Amino acid sequence: MSGAAPRTLFEKIWDAHTVVPAGPDHPAVVYVDTHLVHEVTSPQAFTLLRERGLPVRRPDRTCAVTDHSVPTRFPGGLPLWNGPETKAQVEALERNCEEFGIELFRMGDPEQGIVHVTAPELGLTRPGATVVCGDSHTSTHGAFGAWAFGIGTTEVAQVLATQCLLLERPRTLGVEVSGRLGPGVTAKDLILGIIRRLTASGGRGRVLEYRGGTIRRLSMEERMTVCNMSIEAGARAGLIEPDEETLRYLEGRRYLPRGGAFRALAAEWLALRADEGAAFDETVSFDASALTPMVTWGTNPGMSCGITEPVPAPGNPEERSALAYMEIEPGKPLRGRPVDVVFLGSCTNARITDLRAAAAVLAGRRVHPRTRALVVPGSASVKEQAASEGLDRIFLAAGAEWREPGCSLCIAMNGDRLEPGELAVSTSNRNFRGRQGAGGRTVLASPITAAASAVAGAVADPRPLLAAS
Amino acid sequence: MEKRVRIESATVVLPANEVDTDQIVPARFLTATSREGLGAALFHDLRRDSGGALLPDFPLNRPEAAGAAILVAGANFGCGSSREHAPWALLEAGFRAVVSPSFADIFRENAARNGLVPVEIAEGAHARLSAAEGARVVVDVEAETVTLPGGGAARFRLAPFARRCLLTGRTPLEFLLDRADAVERYEAASGRTTREKVKTGPW
Repeated sequence: MSGAAPRTLFEKIWDAHTVVPAGPDHPAVVYVDTHLVHEVTSPQAFTLLRERGLPVRRPDRTCAVTDHSVPTRFPGGLPLWNGPETKAQVEALERNCEEFGIELFRMGDPEQGIVHVTAPELGLTRPGATVVCGDSHTSTHGAFGAWAFGIGTTEVAQVLATQCLLLERPRTLGVEVSGRLGPGVTAKDLILGIIRRLTASGGRGRVLEYRGGTIRRLSMEERMTVCNMSIEAGARAGLIEPDEETLRYLEGRRYLPRGGAFRALAAEWLALRADEGAAFDETVSFDASALTPMVTWGTNPGMSCGITEPVPAPGNPEERSALAYMEIEPGKPLRGRPVDVVFLGSCTNARITDLRAAAAVLAGRRVHPRTRALVVPGSASVKEQAASEGLDRIFLAAGAEWREPGCSLCIAMNGDRLEPGELAVSTSNRNFRGRQGAGGRTVLASPITAAASAVAGAVADPRPLLAAS
Repeated sequence: MEKRVRIESATVVLPANEVDTDQIVPARFLTATSREGLGAALFHDLRRDSGGALLPDFPLNRPEAAGAAILVAGANFGCGSSREHAPWALLEAGFRAVVSPSFADIFRENAARNGLVPVEIAEGAHARLSAAEGARVVVDVEAETVTLPGGGAARFRLAPFARRCLLTGRTPLEFLLDRADAVERYEAASGRTTREKVKTGPW
């Protein structure tokens, strides 16, 4: 392709996966390298295949997990199902996987977990690949330099049957991040700050590519936290160029080759970067050095402020209505607001480094008596690793509950939920009305802010506790 | 898919912006394994009080809303999760088009694929529709127009392929299945034929 125009990473991935270019009356046919499946958005797709007599074209490129509606409590060793429907849904996925020859990581398997935690752990997410799943937080996998995005159930059926999708090409938005994160300021605070800047709709129609020194200094788990929440700015995908940090994470994972074969791949992956002179359709610059620990005060993830900042006066009817729903008074910091539940979990912040950070805050301290704290590891592997480091004992000694892996209170399908009127500080990704249970209220924050809030029994700044520990 | 050529109906106006898919269908109703039965879950927690009784002031609960097939919604409608249950619920509740100044990406595509026409129009035209709840209007998929109360029409654009699918009832799955040869050629040319789970190619 000598003489071709310089391309961004996204443009290279797009070109490499175009099976049929866009024509005047149809969008491009795009190949899917990895298709992740879970129990909630797939049953109707399998039904369609069955009705049409279609096989799954590439079971080897398809991987399923149960995560959204699985219980996280097993009293007496038995799963505590949230009614017969959730059990039936999980069993439907088990039957579908058996019938169509798809590998399934099910409850109790040593690698079961939230799909966006498990797939990277298994090495199913590769730089330069296309990754899809019937789940909007599929953007997580962009941390590896993969183009990864959520799809609907009709598209799940298309991918199962043809391994392809018909796609309009998104625009590219370069998000140039500079500046060092201050003490107590995490990747979660960074992405909440970016979403506040872009708003909940600013990324529509775009792939966000996070760049710059601040991003390069993030670990893979931190990069996953950032890419995970791209959808909360309206962007289906977020992307980060692979580098040595990416390779360090990937080497030795189950579904990647070893030794020389891995090194050969690694060399190709390191070349996956923007050409000199390649331009994004748009760019924004973001200075991370001014960030403080962030908390949301409203009912979408764009409605946030620093922990010591006064909650802003409402600028429109949505913000007014959000403050009324949250029963939050503008003009004062959110700090000190009593908290009913603290949730440490979800595909955003339930990896081992998240649990380590939270445990460091909770070590030698107690969860406040008015607050219930749930720690739900992102996967069985994370749970095992945490236990081997003694983190489970720290959480339990602090008075927190230590659960089995799953989506749990992020989406509140499995029986873990807020009661009406309760307020949670949550490490998850959505503070929509009722997201964590009808009538419940959610403050999104980092694992250390959540842990500090558990200790205080109120929304709290983690920084004094970091200084003291 | 059922064809969608022309929709003539009274409107229901849901004025709020940023109505996310958790408002359209709360997650606790996602345990279904079929598409049917979601109509009752539509806007459940906006529509009902905590005891489950219908709130008389919610736009969909007013008597004049009965039978309406066109929902006039606020900006960034359908943001949040990828659940296709959102358009399934709207369709089962009788809606055939949603009019908004802007849709979330995944919702827009999920809607069009199921025969729920996403009508994205300029703010001015949207304001006129919002101010005239119950007005009888026509969404013309062929012409890509929606008539406005008091005369005239607003233009909207659908992706050409989505528009053709709505007009003909054809689905993207058919189009993709017809390209099976191209997919095979692509897999062969790019070395994507190995069925081993551990793949030694770059993808």
